[in-house]
Amino acid sequence: MYPQNFRYTKEHEWVRVDGDIGTIGITDHAQQELGDIVYVDLPKVGTKVTQGATAGSVESVKAVSDIYAPVSGDVTEINSTLADAPEKLNSDPHGDAWLIKIKLSAPAEMAKLLSADEYQKYIEAEK
Amino acid sequence: MAAASLLRATPLNSVHRALGAKLVDFGGWEMPVQYSGIIEEHQTVRRAVGLFDVSHMGEIEIRGPEAGQLADFATTNHARKLKIGQAHYSGLLYAHGGFVDDILVHKVADDHYFLCVNASNQEKDFEHIRGLNRFDAQPELSSARYVQLAIQGPKGPATLQKLTPVDLCKIRYYWFADGVVSGAQARIAHTGYTGEDGFEIYIAPEEAERVWNEVIAAGAEFGIKPCGLGARNTLRLEAGMALYGHEIDASILPLEAGLDWIVRFDKGDFVGREALVQLRERGVKRRLIGFEMRGHGIGRDGYEVYVDGQPAGWVTSGSPSPTLNKHIGMCYLSAERAEPGRAIQIMVRSQLVDAVTVAIPFYKRAK
Repeated sequence: MYPQNFRYTKEHEWVRVDGDIGTIGITDHAQQELGDIVYVDLPKVGTKVTQGATAGSVESVKAVSDIYAPVSGDVTEINSTLADAPEKLNSDPHGDAWLIKIKLSAPAEMAKLLSADEYQKYIEAEK
Repeated sequence: MAAASLLRATPLNSVHRALGAKLVDFGGWEMPVQYSGIIEEHQTVRRAVGLFDVSHMGEIEIRGPEAGQLADFATTNHARKLKIGQAHYSGLLYAHGGFVDDILVHKVADDHYFLCVNASNQEKDFEHIRGLNRFDAQPELSSARYVQLAIQGPKGPATLQKLTPVDLCKIRYYWFADGVVSGAQARIAHTGYTGEDGFEIYIAPEEAERVWNEVIAAGAEFGIKPCGLGARNTLRLEAGMALYGHEIDASILPLEAGLDWIVRFDKGDFVGREALVQLRERGVKRRLIGFEMRGHGIGRDGYEVYVDGQPAGWVTSGSPSPTLNKHIGMCYLSAERAEPGRAIQIMVRSQLVDAVTVAIPFYKRAK
């Protein structure tokens, strides 16, 4: 369920690093908890995001939730398809419905994040 | 979820778990907020039929020769005018006119009234009614004796009819009958909180699981789905129905909430009457009105409403409307501003977003 090549936060974001670019999304657990997603608000390209700070929000029928940047960097790309099809976050949160890409400014921060197995254990303990 | 064991649960809790429901703390009750998804469940109720466990709702019964006098003194609507087998929506008020709760009153007999009240208010309601009892009447908090199931949607009557010999066509809207459903003794009420046709039934807890399963089986041909409180909320919001703690609470008077129609000034004295008479003479200062979002965002419960750049009110409920495909809500505005078609703004997470006031309800089913 949770890809081994991603790293995870306790706030239910994931990041996958290719070279110095990190792709960021929310986890399947997060989309299940949120339910039907109706809005995704993302930062603009060029925005600096900081590990643990707000980097946007997702809104479901029930509530709105912040997205926290799992790592620091500059936003290089946003997934603009989500503006018209936010429900993709419910169906493919680990794939097509990634949120933003950033150029990592502090790659060492990755060490603070959870592995897939650690994240899986974490959400099971949360239940 | 660590506190789950402290929450109250309905007799159907294990059924919800087995169905994969997402359970949440709802006013101290562990309740299903959704099964397959709020939007899908909502559409199922509008187009076919959905089954809700609403056993968290409380029941208070008033019996005795002066049961009607106590009911009429404690509530705003005219309980004694009900015919036997008829029900109505009503308010329990404090002396200052604010809501203790909003309730359904069913007249079972001249000496027996059956009240359906909000889950988290039931003990408060019971103590309130008991404190007003200077009549030959006995109020009783009887919630533990009832499971309440709501079978709602255009196929709700056809679903329930398969399980009961009672001719449901003969039970008019806001009337009820006692009879048998799936072999269980039931109070069958033609009521609901979805804006759709359907019934609410009250049965003994021991019968709950079997009746639940039989309703699901009976509705299978129509595509019935179990529905949670998430869909119940979006459905009632589209229908413009108040939810205690949102549109109404101890600080809100019925005339402000557009609930003049449940206040019967002509019936004699009742708790809150004097305050309402004074408010009517002074004029209502604020009123509930609907809104639709125009800009990007959803005005949610507690968000501030602005008119001409100035704070002017607050949102009581807001959500995407799956039926209308818009974002809708209700808010309080000063009375002179609470009219449809006014441009307003709502402070959505530090940004003012455009919206426009509209009349309530947002949705009316075709009769």
